Amino acid sequence: MKEMLSIKGLRKVYGDTVAVEDISFEVRTDEIVGLLGPNGAGKTTTLNMVLGVLEPDAGTIQIEGLDIAKSRSQAIARTNFAAAYTPLPGNLTVSENLRVFGLLYEVKNLSMRIDELLKQFDLEVFRNKKCGVLSSGEQTRVSLAKAMLNDPHLLLLDEPTASLDPAIAREIRTGIRQFAKKGTSGVLWTSHNMYEVEAICDRVLFLSHGKILLEGDPKRLPAEHGKKTLEELFIAVAREPLTLGMG
Amino acid sequence: MSFQRTFAIVLRQFYLIRGSLSRVFPIFAWIAVDMILWGFLTRYLNTIASPGFNFVPALLGAVLLWDFFIRIMQGITMAFLEDVWSRNFLNIFAAPLLLSEYVGGLILSSIATSLVGLGVMIVIATTCFKLSFFVYGLAVLPFLFVLFLFGIALGIFGSALVLRFGPASEWFIWPLPALISPFAGVLYPVSTLPHWMQFVSRFLPPSYVFEGLRAIVSGGTASGMGLAGGGCLAAGYILLAYVFFTKVYKNALRTGLIARYSAENLG
Repeated sequence: MKEMLSIKGLRKVYGDTVAVEDISFEVRTDEIVGLLGPNGAGKTTTLNMVLGVLEPDAGTIQIEGLDIAKSRSQAIARTNFAAAYTPLPGNLTVSENLRVFGLLYEVKNLSMRIDELLKQFDLEVFRNKKCGVLSSGEQTRVSLAKAMLNDPHLLLLDEPTASLDPAIAREIRTGIRQFAKKGTSGVLWTSHNMYEVEAICDRVLFLSHGKILLEGDPKRLPAEHGKKTLEELFIAVAREPLTLGMG
Repeated sequence: MSFQRTFAIVLRQFYLIRGSLSRVFPIFAWIAVDMILWGFLTRYLNTIASPGFNFVPALLGAVLLWDFFIRIMQGITMAFLEDVWSRNFLNIFAAPLLLSEYVGGLILSSIATSLVGLGVMIVIATTCFKLSFFVYGLAVLPFLFVLFLFGIALGIFGSALVLRFGPASEWFIWPLPALISPFAGVLYPVSTLPHWMQFVSRFLPPSYVFEGLRAIVSGGTASGMGLAGGGCLAAGYILLAYVFFTKVYKNALRTGLIARYSAENLG
């Protein structure tokens, strides 16, 4: 399996607050890696650094071997992302948004690709609707369609199913699982839904106070730390990180 | 540089304008009102002033050129503000877009909207008030070019201010042309100004344009050296404005402002 993302010694400080402290991990092809942790643990800060919209204070980020600090545009062209808190502009229609972002990611055969994605994410009926009038779930599907435009080798998803109903969320998870299993891409996924994480992620990283506290298979990790479920383990990480080996 | 990515910024602006009457209207409405207002004023001045001097090319022509400069500047800032208003920075800057491609897209969008505005102004000024561009001769081309360059510089500078100080700071940029106009001598010779203001006007490219325009209307010729100097000054300001924008952008990457722009100033 090829390394799609390689992070080494990443650190980010805001004033007196250490948001991310010396973290290192990889995401390989065929792999969905869950980045978990309580609010303020450093998940979104880490994703923002991988996306190139936040400069690390130390450490390196490589996407398919390309250092983001030296070859930002080429490295970012291999990625895409969707985040629950970042909808596409509401004043453009679904197809207009996909066309603009398709051009930004230099997608070939763009019209055909847009048609495929509208079908895949069940958005054909909204093609000419302004994104701002769609429900939050529909907007999330548009964001996911945008994230798939360039068939990214590294897909970054920040709570992608947060505003979806369970049926749609399951469909989306299945679609992303299939996407990761194509053999050309890796996925970095953050979520607060531990059942979802257990169902979809091959590996999870627990972040607390900017550090990676635990790492492993989400199905085995709870038992290894004396907990029944991943959710119990999550709560323990959030409340009692020191008892789990941090510090 | 990717033309495709630059074109994406232009296309986004086209989609926004196409789908919104409230965006189409300002492209020509206020400048049309300006042309009509100043057109009638110059017509009135021609009736009360001594015969032989035509205020139309001196005042209406100057207002037309000044409005063109404002349109160029606002074309850039408006396209930039669309990303501010729609909270689109994270989507835009997490794409493989280079800063030069983004700024290039803003400039091309501005050229397109400003040319529409210029066309409307020329139609009104020539058909309703008999302003003839033949009066200025070929000098009208460097006039437009210098103002175009300076409009770009001020547009980039204004956008950088908004990026630096947050969404609420858009009110910094609207009065910029009004702050410059007294020094630029749009409607009166620079020699009318007190010495310190004349000194400031030397550093403003539009002042060379409007001095040249008045020289032609008075039967003389525009100073080629002055216009060339104004052009060089404006080109230099574009460079400075772009360097400033780049510094603000890099600072925003360090502080996390791009990712959390709606939080305004992160200190």
